[in-house]
Amino acid sequence: MLKRGLAVLAVVLLVATVFFPQSLNTIKKRGKLIIGTEPTFPPFEFVDEKNQIVGFDIDIANELAKRLGVKLEIVSLPFDSLIPALQQGKIDLIIAGMTITEERAKVVDFSKPYFEANQAIVVRGDSKFQPKKIDDLVGKKVAVQLGTTGDLVVSEVKGIEVVRFQKFTDAFLELQNGRVDAVVLDEAPAKAYVKKFPKFILSTVIDTGETYGIAVKKGNRELLNFVNQTLDILKSTGVYNKLIQKWFE
Amino acid sequence: MEAFYELLKNFNFLLIGAWETLKLTSFSVGIGLILGTFIGMGRLSRYRIINYPCTAYVEFLRGTPLLVQISIIYFGLPQVGIQLAPYPAAVTALGLNSGAYIAEIVRAGIQSIPRGQYEAARSLGLTHWQSMRYIILPQAFRNILPALGNEFITLTKDSSLASVIGVSELMRSGQFVISRTFQTFSIYFGIAFIYFIMTLVISRIVRYAERRLSVG
Repeated sequence: MLKRGLAVLAVVLLVATVFFPQSLNTIKKRGKLIIGTEPTFPPFEFVDEKNQIVGFDIDIANELAKRLGVKLEIVSLPFDSLIPALQQGKIDLIIAGMTITEERAKVVDFSKPYFEANQAIVVRGDSKFQPKKIDDLVGKKVAVQLGTTGDLVVSEVKGIEVVRFQKFTDAFLELQNGRVDAVVLDEAPAKAYVKKFPKFILSTVIDTGETYGIAVKKGNRELLNFVNQTLDILKSTGVYNKLIQKWFE
Repeated sequence: MEAFYELLKNFNFLLIGAWETLKLTSFSVGIGLILGTFIGMGRLSRYRIINYPCTAYVEFLRGTPLLVQISIIYFGLPQVGIQLAPYPAAVTALGLNSGAYIAEIVRAGIQSIPRGQYEAARSLGLTHWQSMRYIILPQAFRNILPALGNEFITLTKDSSLASVIGVSELMRSGQFVISRTFQTFSIYFGIAFIYFIMTLVISRIVRYAERRLSVG
């Protein structure tokens, strides 16, 4: 009887590991948490002067790995490749300043929001065009980063001609060259960019009520619960606030 | 001026990326040469069972974009249980792709050698493989060197497509630097400059080899 029970247990475990490849046990057994990110989004994730991927998101990922007792491995991918990589099991989770949207939530599961991200409209400093809301962009050409919230926000509005780039810095080059009238992107990188280049100005910040979340593979409850619990702990112990100060102030 | 300063300050990052590009290209060329030599010979086989698959291989890999091939190998193969990390996936895609082009170069090279050479080799008692190995391929190699050089240069530049699956080669290293410094134009210019130097060196090496071989 005992043997039979063990056999059943073995089968159940086998099936479980086959169907839930990114369960916590798999990660622990593997000894590393594999996260996907696009390190061209300072201060959330970028490559520093020592050629290391660092940033606010990376510190949070490190906290996750630390609490699991495993090492952190970072896979760097273009932003629009992150969700496919998660679906194909290349990575355990995405932490990449990714806004929680309905569309994305259909294909991945999001953690609780961990950051509030509003959208900024940036224009050339010498331009008379000062849009104060998204509708002001109707009839204009707008550059965005492919697959980002900025892309979604302007694509929803009829009459805006949207030009999409892999990198938001390319979108700014387009603005500088006068081929578009504005760039729409997340507030934090927009502020960093405008601070560095005063020839651009931040026309307005739109409170979209959008938030960033950590994405796990659809149905990966175990990992999602762990991420949510850890976010709660980080907030209640003050670690989260320290990270905010470290990267945003 | 600041743009130029940032480029100089970050030039070593670009060089690290360039080294990755060089490694990526070398591995891929190695795979491409081996595959291409056999598939090129296979295309000339009179046995359909060899000839047809080789032709299909060349047509398929030449007829689809490299960007799509890279994406299929990285994002598509997990569907059938094959998980490749970005780097091996890129080498595989670039190697398979250049194999198809090199196969066509090799085929043309073999056909450029007069048939009488092969017949003479066979009548001297060499087997088919011996004739190929000692008589046909060495002569063909000399003829196809310029075309091979061209393919190496193309592959060096095409390896930038590996950036879409996150391989930190020259193009992607440059993007990292841009996202940190926000100096879009000067960094892209630096990237172009390094690619140019790399391909220039390759073309010089190939020309040198051509001269050496044409004497003998």
